[in-house]
Order: sequence, then C-alpha cells, then structure tokens
Amino acid sequence: MVKYVIKRLLLAALTLFVILSLCFILIKLLPLPPVNGTAETVAIIEARREAMGYYKPIIEQFFLFWGRIFTSFDWGIGETMYQTQDVMSIIGQRLPATIGVNVYSLVFSVPIGLLLGIFAAVKKNKWQDHIISVGVMIFISVPSFIVGFLVQYIFCYKLQWFDLSVNRIDYSLNIWSQIFSPSMFVSMIPAIMSLSFGSIAGFTRYTRAELSEVLTNDYMLLARTKGLTRRQATVRHALRNAMVVIFPMILGNFISVLSGSLIIEGLFSIPGIGSLYITSITSLDYNFFMTISAFYTAVGLVAGIIIDLSYGFIDPRIRMGVK
Amino acid sequence: MEKIQTYTEIPAEKFTFAQADKKLGDKKLQTKPVSYMRDAWRRFAKNKSSIVGMVIIAVLLLFALIAPMVSNYSIAYNDGYYRNVLPKVSAHADGGFWDGTKRYESNLATYQYNYAIGLESGRLAVKDFYGTQVVASSSGSSVLYSYRFDTYNAVGYEFVTLTSEQLNALQEYQNETNIQVIYPMLDTSTRNQVMYNTTDANYWYKTVIDTESPNNGQAVLDENGNYIPLYLTGSSTVYNLYNSLRIAGDPGIEDPTSEDSYLYYRVVQGGYRVRVLYYEYYTYINGFEPCHIFGASASGQDLFTLVAAGTRFSLMLAVGVAVVNLIIGAIYGAIEGFYGGKLDLFMERIADILNGVPFMVVAVLFNMHLAATAGVVGALLFAFVLTGWIGTAATVRMQFYRFKKQEYVLAAKTLGARDRRLIMKHIFPNSLGTIITSAALYIPSVIFSETSLSYLGVISLNDTSNGIISLGTLLTAGQGAISTYPHIVLFPALVIALLMISFNLFGNGLRDAFNPSLRGSDS
Repeated sequence: MVKYVIKRLLLAALTLFVILSLCFILIKLLPLPPVNGTAETVAIIEARREAMGYYKPIIEQFFLFWGRIFTSFDWGIGETMYQTQDVMSIIGQRLPATIGVNVYSLVFSVPIGLLLGIFAAVKKNKWQDHIISVGVMIFISVPSFIVGFLVQYIFCYKLQWFDLSVNRIDYSLNIWSQIFSPSMFVSMIPAIMSLSFGSIAGFTRYTRAELSEVLTNDYMLLARTKGLTRRQATVRHALRNAMVVIFPMILGNFISVLSGSLIIEGLFSIPGIGSLYITSITSLDYNFFMTISAFYTAVGLVAGIIIDLSYGFIDPRIRMGVK
Repeated sequence: MEKIQTYTEIPAEKFTFAQADKKLGDKKLQTKPVSYMRDAWRRFAKNKSSIVGMVIIAVLLLFALIAPMVSNYSIAYNDGYYRNVLPKVSAHADGGFWDGTKRYESNLATYQYNYAIGLESGRLAVKDFYGTQVVASSSGSSVLYSYRFDTYNAVGYEFVTLTSEQLNALQEYQNETNIQVIYPMLDTSTRNQVMYNTTDANYWYKTVIDTESPNNGQAVLDENGNYIPLYLTGSSTVYNLYNSLRIAGDPGIEDPTSEDSYLYYRVVQGGYRVRVLYYEYYTYINGFEPCHIFGASASGQDLFTLVAAGTRFSLMLAVGVAVVNLIIGAIYGAIEGFYGGKLDLFMERIADILNGVPFMVVAVLFNMHLAATAGVVGALLFAFVLTGWIGTAATVRMQFYRFKKQEYVLAAKTLGARDRRLIMKHIFPNSLGTIITSAALYIPSVIFSETSLSYLGVISLNDTSNGIISLGTLLTAGQGAISTYPHIVLFPALVIALLMISFNLFGNGLRDAFNPSLRGSDS
C-alpha cells in the first residue's frame, strides 16, 4: 500500500513537473507583456525582471525558475495586475472566497443529491424515478452558466431577493471569518444555487446507478428473507456497499472545491481564484497565469490520487487486492 | 443354442440409401441474422429518451442549416435603429405574444412621446393602454402610464439626407404603393423654445419646455385636447421638388402654393433633408419589413441568424474535433492495447501527463501562440486535439485488452494473420460501439468548452465579417442587459441547453444500445 502511494505521488510529481516545464517554456516563447503604470512601479517590475533573469536565454531561465520554486517557493510578482505584489499572497487572499462558495454548495448538494438518488433507486421505474431522472438529465447537461443566468434573472432581477454580486471582502481583516459570516452567506446564495443544481444532479445520478445495481444483488434478497425490513436492508446493506463508489466521488468533489468554478465566480463577481485566473489571461499577466495553472493542475492530480486511494481506504476488499 | 447368424460378407446390391432424396445438413436459418449494428439500432429505437434526443439534434441541425438561408439578414448585418428590439415571429404578428411588444410603464411625457408616433402615422408604438397608477417617490408622487409598447414602431421618425435622385425615387415609391414614407419637416428654427429636442424627429408636437416644472417635456394640447403640430410651412412654389403624398390635415392638399402648406424637405448642404417614418423607409430600402424572430442584439444584429450561425459553428467544430480525436484515439489505443508491455506503459505515461493538463491552460497557451498564424479557430482546434483523444484511447485500449486474448484471435494468428489484419478485422470492430458512444458523448463536452471559453472572453470568437460567431460570445454580449432585454441571452442559452441535453440523451442511448450485456434487460 505504502509503496503504491509513493509510486502514485512520484508519478504525479513527475507529471506536474513536465506540465509546468512545458507551460513555462511556451510562455517564455511569447514576448514579455509591456508594463504600464507609474514610473516607480515600472522601475520595480523591470528591476525584478532583471533579477529573475527574464532577459537571459530560456534554458537558463528554466533552471532559475525551478531553482526559485524549490528554494524559496517564489512565483514572482504581479506585473500587469496587482503590480509589484507577491503572486502567492494575492492567491492566498483570493482562495478563501472560492473555497467558501464551493463548500457551501457541497454542504447542500451532497445530502440532497444522496437522498434524491436513494429515493430514485428505491422507486426505480416508477413515476418518482422518472421525474427525478428527467431533472437529473436536464441539470447535468445544462451548463452552470446558463443555470446561473436563470438564477440571476429570477432571484436577482425579478424577485429582487438578492444582490447581484457578493459582499465585498476587506482584506485587512480576517478573510475566513468574513467568508463564513451570515451576511456573506446570504449574498452568496445565488452563486451557491447555480453551482448546486449541477452537482446535486451528479450525485443523484451516481447514487441511483450504484444503489440500484447493489439492490439487485443476491445478498439483498437474503437480508430480506432473514426478516429485515426493506428500509433496514437498504440502509444497512445496500447503501454501505453503494458508498464504496459514491464516497470517493464526494471526496474528489471536496478537493475540487479549491479550483472552484471559473464561470460562476465571474457571473456573480465572487472575488475568488477563478476570476483572478480569467483576469490574468485577459490582462496577460504571465506570473499569475503560471501560478494558478500550476495550482489547478496540482489540485487535479491530487484529487485523482486521493480518489483512487480512498477506494482502498473505504473497502477492505480493494485494499487487499492492492497487496 | 440359438444359431447366431454372422454377416461376414454382405453383397453391395443389398444396400440402399436410407435418405436418398433428403438433403443432409444444418437447417437453413428461418430468420434473418441480426447484425451487431442492427441489434444496437433495435435497442436504441426502443429507448424513448434517446429518440427524443435524436429528434432535437435533427431539429437543431436543420435550424443551423436552413435558418441562414431563409433569413432576410446576414451575419454581418446590423441596423442601429433596431437595436434591442424584441422577438417578433412574423412581420404582421400582433397577438400580444412574440410580436415585438412588451408591457411598459413610463411617465406622461414618455407616454405622449410614444403615443404621438402612432398618432401621426398610424404605426402605433402604444398598442393597448392598460391604465395609470400613482407611485410615491422621494420627490413626491408621480403617475405611471402602463401600456403595450411596440419596440419596432417605437423607432418612429428619423431625419435622413437624400440626393435629388433618391428623393425622386422615394416619391415614386410613395406614389406607386400609396404608403406615406416622407412626413412633413419640423420647424426647428423658429419654434425652438417649444420643441423639447430638435434633433429627435419624433417631437413633431408642441411641448412644455421648463426644467423647473414637473410637466417638462409633456405635450401642450389645444382646446380640443389634440397635439399641436410644429410642421415647417411654406409655399410649394419654392419647395417644388415634392409632388407626392401629403398627410391628412395638410392645407397643401388643396392648394400646394398656399403659404400654410406643409413642407416635406429642406435644402441642406449636400442634398435634401427629409423626415421619414423609419419603419416604412426601412421597408423601402431593404425590400422587406423589419422582423427579428429572436429579436435584435444591442448593436441591432439579427439574433435569429446569429444564433443559427453560432449553432452551426458549434456543431461543425464539435463534430470535426470529435472525428479527429476518434481517429487519433482509436489508433493510439489500438497500438497500446494490442502490443501492451513496455510500449503500452510508455504510451500510457504520455497520456497521463497530457491528461493532467487543465484544458483551460492548453486553450489559453495555444490561443496565445497560434491565434496570429492559424487563427482563433485553428488554435482552438489544436487545443482540442491535444488532449481530447485520451478518453477514446483509454476505451479502445481496454477493448483491445479484452479481445486480444480470445480464442478466435489466437486461431486467426495461428492461421498466419498479420498484426494489421488482427487489429483491423478481428479486434477493432468490437470496439466500434464504444467509439461511437464516446464520440456522441464527446460532442457535448466540446460544445460546452467552446461556449464557456468564448463566454469567458478567453478566446474571441466574434468575427461576423468572416461568419464566425459563437453562442458564448452572444451570451457575453447580452449578459449586461439581462434585466432589461432578457431575450438577447434567452435564445443562445436555450440553444446551448438543448444541444447539451440532446447530445447527452443521444449518447446515453447509444451507450446502452451498444452494450450487449443490457440485451433483453429492459423487456
């Protein structure tokens, strides 16, 4: 098991290294974006570029880049946005909002999705199941930004229950306590709704598929003949076995809250990492782009590893199989 | 003892054929053999939801192909006067639904302004009057007039400058069709103090000009409650170029030489200034009446044409990308799966690494590098092709692993079949079903990525002069006005949603149809 984990981690590290190296080289092949601003900021950024070896050959820059990251985890400073500020600290400021809105969304969508899925599986091929299936199909297919438009139009304009954008965050105070404050939650409700419809549909479909497969197993019949009620048999035997597959998916979703949703953040002006990423692309700030790309890649890889490992963690049969 | 008869030698002529006239052998099949594809189709057709998906796809496909042909408008068309007009299903629709009208509430001055348009020409901008309501506000109470408001007629009148040939041609058109296009000019020079806005051709009536008064901008009515027109008057002996239809109430109908008759043009630098009813003028210029089935965008583009073009672009891109990726994925997966071993391990690592790259990063980097040389669409294609084949390769590889060890493959190998024959003839057809399924499910993901990227503005797919437009770009354009003009977002969003739903239904249906383990499970 340990050997397997180490192997996976090393492989992920290698993957990350290759991807970032390619990314770095591709970015360095592009011309440096011009810097605008006061003479002072331009001078600081120029000095910093000089110090970081931006004008040296790409091969040399490549080693300097990895050297900086391995020694001081220095990803550079903002050049066209958040000028002269440290990239990592800005990302650190923006991360809580992304995590906040996605955690809220998951907290709602996991139980609702599981319950709907269980209900649909138990009522398989009855009208309740059909209605749920149609809803699931629609919300899984329709992109979140279209759900976002709908939520925005209905709840923000027609009914005017919520403001269009979330509350502002004062970065000089404690960011986490602001994110998880009640007023912030209320202002985030439209965004949470837009995110939740899709993930509820995903959880429902997954749970229904898994559970209805488990329910047809012979040991379910045995449980019923032993005298368990249908509810007991479903909760104690079927659900537990279905969880072997469902739980890793939930876990994967919880790790993916770090990446969040680019589109929903833009639509509801959530000051998260996704909107930062989009701005870095449109304003050509390569330091931000590189760092957030690295972050997204790493989150994806780690999520993959943890999902795979959690199968073994939750199910002893799979754990033995690895050995 | 019984005598045991032994036959040692039986003469040949004693033998007769027992089944001389019968044919021996397997029974001929009474039913037609069911091929894999036919079997899959049978199961597919049984699935109602996938048929629904297929029908929606067909409708969208027809829409994307036929709409640009039947539409009066091109992708590059725009007319600023009809910006943001509401959807109108046909030029003469007037039923309160999908007819370019909406319920509108305004103060008295705006109501009179809109009402006056219809009063002069009969093209009503105010269609049904619903009543008034008093609204209290911080600066005192105000009265709101609510009515059904026609966004097409609300454009009203515009001043245009014509050459003498154009003026004559327009007069001829008026005489032939008996439709009044040119309306009397307004006396802006002498009555400036009673005309609210002299550059707006719709203020043809006397108004209150008093910024202190709450009635500022409202119409001044005569003793009978009628609007007081402010037409330019003069003798037609001087202004003798106009010899066509005159509006009702014009003293010039009886005596064009009278000093009170209305004047229909003014001489300005470079030609003749006339005041036209824009709806009719538009019909005269374009040969058809303005009618935007899905409404018009904020710059007056026809959304029906744009949405159709966007749908076509999305479908073409998605199908093209899917085909390319399927071919790459099938070849890659086949090599991996067939040869296995070290080669497989190596190729899997490459796929793993590529799989770890977020698509966003690929799309952005390719766009930055290739957009200048290969164009935005080219860059996007490359980005999709870089990572898109991995899923197909994985499924094909799995199918190859499953089938390559089977006895019939071994038999073919023993008989001397080459690798190529084994792959193409014996193993590959088994993975055809999964490939088709992954294509059908890959298409919506391409459409999703493309519309998301163009919606976010990461890639710019908005080149109407070359016929490139994305549904995502339309969404971005309409997003700012979602509260006032929701129709601009509604139609592109609806089409994206339908595309996604229909392809997912279709793909799920295919997946079930191609899965032989599900055979008979539904009956």
